[in-house]
Amino acid sequence: MGIIGHIGRYALLLKETFSRPERATIYWRRTLEEMDLLGLKSLGIVGLLSFFMGAVITIQTKTNIDSPLIQAWVVGFATRQSTILEFSPTIIALILAGKVGSNIAAEIGSMRVKEQIDALDIMGVNSAGYLILPKILASMFINPFLVMVSMFLSIFGGYIAGTATGIVGSTDYLQGIQTNFIPYHITYALIKTVVFAFIIATVSAYQGYYTQGGTREVGISSTKAVVYSNVVILIVNYALTQLLLI
Amino acid sequence: MIEVKGLSKRFGTTQVLTDINAVFQKGKVNQIIGKSGSGKSVLAKCIVGLHVPEEGQVLYEGRSFHDMDRDEKKLIRQEIGMLFQGSALFDSLTVLQNVLFPLQMFATMSKSEMEDRAHTCLKRVNILEKDHLFPAELSGGMQKRVGIARAIAMNPKYLFCDEPNSGLDPQTSIVIDDLIKEITEEFGTTTIVITHDMNSVMETGENIIFIHHGRKWWEGGKDDLLNSDNKELNEFIFAGGLMRQVKKAMTGRS
Ligand SMILES: Nc1ncnc2c1ncn2[C@@H]1O[C@H](COP(=O)(O)OP(=O)(O)O)[C@@H](O)[C@H]1O
Ligand SMILES: [Mg+2]
Repeated sequence: MGIIGHIGRYALLLKETFSRPERATIYWRRTLEEMDLLGLKSLGIVGLLSFFMGAVITIQTKTNIDSPLIQAWVVGFATRQSTILEFSPTIIALILAGKVGSNIAAEIGSMRVKEQIDALDIMGVNSAGYLILPKILASMFINPFLVMVSMFLSIFGGYIAGTATGIVGSTDYLQGIQTNFIPYHITYALIKTVVFAFIIATVSAYQGYYTQGGTREVGISSTKAVVYSNVVILIVNYALTQLLLI
Repeated sequence: MIEVKGLSKRFGTTQVLTDINAVFQKGKVNQIIGKSGSGKSVLAKCIVGLHVPEEGQVLYEGRSFHDMDRDEKKLIRQEIGMLFQGSALFDSLTVLQNVLFPLQMFATMSKSEMEDRAHTCLKRVNILEKDHLFPAELSGGMQKRVGIARAIAMNPKYLFCDEPNSGLDPQTSIVIDDLIKEITEEFGTTTIVITHDMNSVMETGENIIFIHHGRKWWEGGKDDLLNSDNKELNEFIFAGGLMRQVKKAMTGRS
């Protein structure tokens, strides 16, 4: 199938996914479960990664701009800006595409090859809606929290690295992270996050839902889910940045 | 009663089913038999609407499934119970939750009535004591039983079973076959069983159609089966030596 075919089938799947649910209460319960599964279970990796990411940004910024002409607070400022604008929303989205996306594709894909999706359809359940909608809603709701945690920990990681190595003074760093703060940048980052969450959930679910064959194909779908989610995220990242920042 | 008229199905350029005509009767175990890959599962999936045939019609009590609107199709589906080849139980739900699932989705009853109903179904298939286990913790035969319990939860008018005894030992196979037959007679369901197990054909088959290369090659009752002179049917039935001996014992001919 060509790319146009995939896009068409993806659009139809979305239409199916967003059609009227059988029992709203059951969907809601599933959404809460998915929040736990897709969101809270990723908190550890997101936190760890963000802390070290911030630490590295701080050290690299300092070693690259080490000049008497540049004021000391700039390191904190640069760490905050790159964290909020790009690292937290985009890198975390790419990480989540790897962790959550592969999980979604593998789960839905194995339900497909084990005929569990047929079983849902036979009962008259809208299988796309039942399986995919809770994942989309959960991701779009929980990922902004993950990204805010990431922002905080990244900036905190920079602070620890800067002060522990002595390359940035505590007051300079704290002054830097408060300088020229533009609240809209947070909005921009969260808009990106929500869009990326939608991409991860839907692209991965698409790969899983149309798996054909057996366990080997489930593995392939899972890999494709990560690759395509990443590619789409990077393209959309560019488009959104141009749209929202210029 | 379900009727299939002139049904053909292909995937891309592969013709899987060609001009199938058949009638499946109420209160009987109707069987679809044939070699692996002959198109039995695809036929069943066309009948229940999981696949859309290119040509032909499927009539439920005389009403064409294809011509129904979305809501009518949904209603018919709630009258269909299906046991899948691999049971297709939901891995993340316990046995009880699996059987409760269709009830929670569609039934208009209270929570305790749903639980009663689920327990009744599990008791019917003799597996009530396992209700808290997950599918992965059950043997193949037990999974099939749970699959049957889930299929009958909504009191279906139509019961489909895709190779209900594949992967089971002969003894367990007979238990499952008998269960399907009993349920069919008890509730007057229109039951369609796909199988390539001659044992269960001889045990439960009442109205049998034989599919060969995607065509209906033969149809009849189990008594006609052994005396047919259809070459492909005979090759299918007598592939194992046991059935040859059965025939000899029954008819004195080999
Ligand atoms: N979704 C599908 N896409 C393409 N080909 C299929 C599909 N499902 C089944 N087939 C093909 O149709 C033929 C019949 O399959 P099936 O009905 O599963 O056989 P069986 O009689 O063993 O149940 C096989 O050759 C199979 O490869
Ligand atoms: Mg089959």
